[in-house]
Amino acid sequence: MTRWHVASRVLAAVAGGYAVSTVAGVGLVQALPLPRADAVMAGVLSTYLVYGAAVVWCFGARTARHAWLGLLITGAFFAALGVLGGSVRS
Amino acid sequence: MKGGLRQSMAWLHTWAGLPVGWVLYFVFLTGTLGYFDSEIDQWMRPEASLPPPALSQVEGLALALARLEQVAARAPRWTVFPPSGHDVPHVTISWSTVDASGRPLRRSETLDATTGAPFRTRATGGGQTLYQLHYTLHYLPSATARWLVGICSMLMLVALVSGVITHKKILADFFTFRPRQGQRSWLDIHNLVGVTALPFHLVITYSGLVFFVFTYMAPVVDATYGRDGRDRFFDEAFRNPDIPPPVGAPAPLAPLVSLYDEAVRHWGEEPVRVASFYNPGDRNARVVFTRTHVDPVSNGGRMVFDGATGELLDRFDRRTGPMVVNHALLGLHEGLFAGPVLRWLYFLTGLLGTAMIGTGLVLWTAKRKAKLAPAGGTPPAAVRVIEHLNVGTVVGLPIGIAAYFWANRLLPVGMADRAAWEVHALFLAWLAMLALPWLRPPDRAWHDSLRLAACAYAALPVLNALTTDQHLGVTIPAGAWALAGFDLVSLATGLGFGVAAVVLRRQEVAVAAAERLPDGMPAVSGATPLPEDAAG
Repeated sequence: MTRWHVASRVLAAVAGGYAVSTVAGVGLVQALPLPRADAVMAGVLSTYLVYGAAVVWCFGARTARHAWLGLLITGAFFAALGVLGGSVRS
Repeated sequence: MKGGLRQSMAWLHTWAGLPVGWVLYFVFLTGTLGYFDSEIDQWMRPEASLPPPALSQVEGLALALARLEQVAARAPRWTVFPPSGHDVPHVTISWSTVDASGRPLRRSETLDATTGAPFRTRATGGGQTLYQLHYTLHYLPSATARWLVGICSMLMLVALVSGVITHKKILADFFTFRPRQGQRSWLDIHNLVGVTALPFHLVITYSGLVFFVFTYMAPVVDATYGRDGRDRFFDEAFRNPDIPPPVGAPAPLAPLVSLYDEAVRHWGEEPVRVASFYNPGDRNARVVFTRTHVDPVSNGGRMVFDGATGELLDRFDRRTGPMVVNHALLGLHEGLFAGPVLRWLYFLTGLLGTAMIGTGLVLWTAKRKAKLAPAGGTPPAAVRVIEHLNVGTVVGLPIGIAAYFWANRLLPVGMADRAAWEVHALFLAWLAMLALPWLRPPDRAWHDSLRLAACAYAALPVLNALTTDQHLGVTIPAGAWALAGFDLVSLATGLGFGVAAVVLRRQEVAVAAAERLPDGMPAVSGATPLPEDAAG
């Protein structure tokens, strides 16, 4: 447990968490079968849930590497959701 | 991190909360006072006639239009708040105009129902400026304040969630109180006030973040609407009424009574919170009614009328889908729908939230000082700085707010920038209280601050009696409970600070006595270390 590991987790939580939450928001907008404005509203309202969960995850994970990995997987999941949802729509 | 989940959550709870604790304390306290903004407004404007005469909304609208035709005939838009219960006791109007150098400017007036003219009250920020502090932070540019409050709120959310995970035995902790045990007592109080109103804290924090969600989470909107599409999104999402430009042909406004009756038919009595008049006096005039807050989601209702013909062009009573969630969160945060009982509950839970933050800050230093106590060491500089900030904020900010009220009564009525100086008084007094711990030992600083706070609040009703004719001897018999309530709450606040000062003094006497005990007797306070998992 070094300072670098703590710094890595903080970076993952603050920047990684924000990135994942916006990706999740955009993914939901694409995937939700709602009018465009409603989907955006649902998307932005969900972002803080994802952000909060991501921050807790980053400090609860066993190692800093796990923290980053979890964010990557979650981000990839929502990105895939967005791409699939977008292709169904169009 | 080191050890299990609870340890890492305790660490996160501490380090998410501590750096922003003082800002959060400020945000929670000034925001909580906002639940009585209207009462504070009334107290700070003793010249306005009280209690306000019973005026129907239709009469209020007529009063407003008469005044606006007189002073703002050429304005492109008028806004009228007819009287609607707690929040708007007097008719309030505003309009856009330009100042001497051609810059756009909004003017507003509160109307005296008996004369139809604006009240000539002292210049004051009132309860409005006081509660707006919790997101404007007053001296900062609005964008900076918005982001700062947003970051602090996000950390608050993280601190709440990690705090709950840390105290997984939440019910057992809730019923635990170990008095007079130094930092353990602080921990128990912190848990008690935190858990009591936990749902409130969560909803207030989350919904607070929602107010500026389109700023904080702009990329989500931009990804769909493009970088310059924000306004298009707002138009679609909030169904902003389509206002045509004026044609330039004059046309009288359709009789307002028929428009109002239409609103009553759909929304019930006292239906209008805001009436907006676009292009008044033009053939393309539009009248937009926004619905009163009868429950957390009714604030989305709106009616659009053709101002010249009186024809109803568009109406929706409630939002649908995710918009309901948005409006419900904002509605719950503002609590405008709340009646007296619920309003008091809002106020008290808001104070619990403030106390949760305050005790959390004090707990941090109490724990670190307790660790050092057996060795008799002096706390490191960082701990001392934080303790100073704690004294200066936890008690100093309430003193600053008292100074705001004192300034309202003592600054000369004709003074230039009077309203601005009321707010300066708040921040100057707070600054002085922040400086105090650097001049006095911390224990003395706590005492001095608590005593000063007790006096500052307990004396407010006296000051009010000396400077106005609306003191408790008048307001209680008259049943003017907004004004009497302000004075009574001030008294109670003063009493509360006084009790705190006495309790603190007694504890110190007990500790000093314990320290003089012969060897082998356990000291009463401070020295027992916390179990590692209890708090960061």
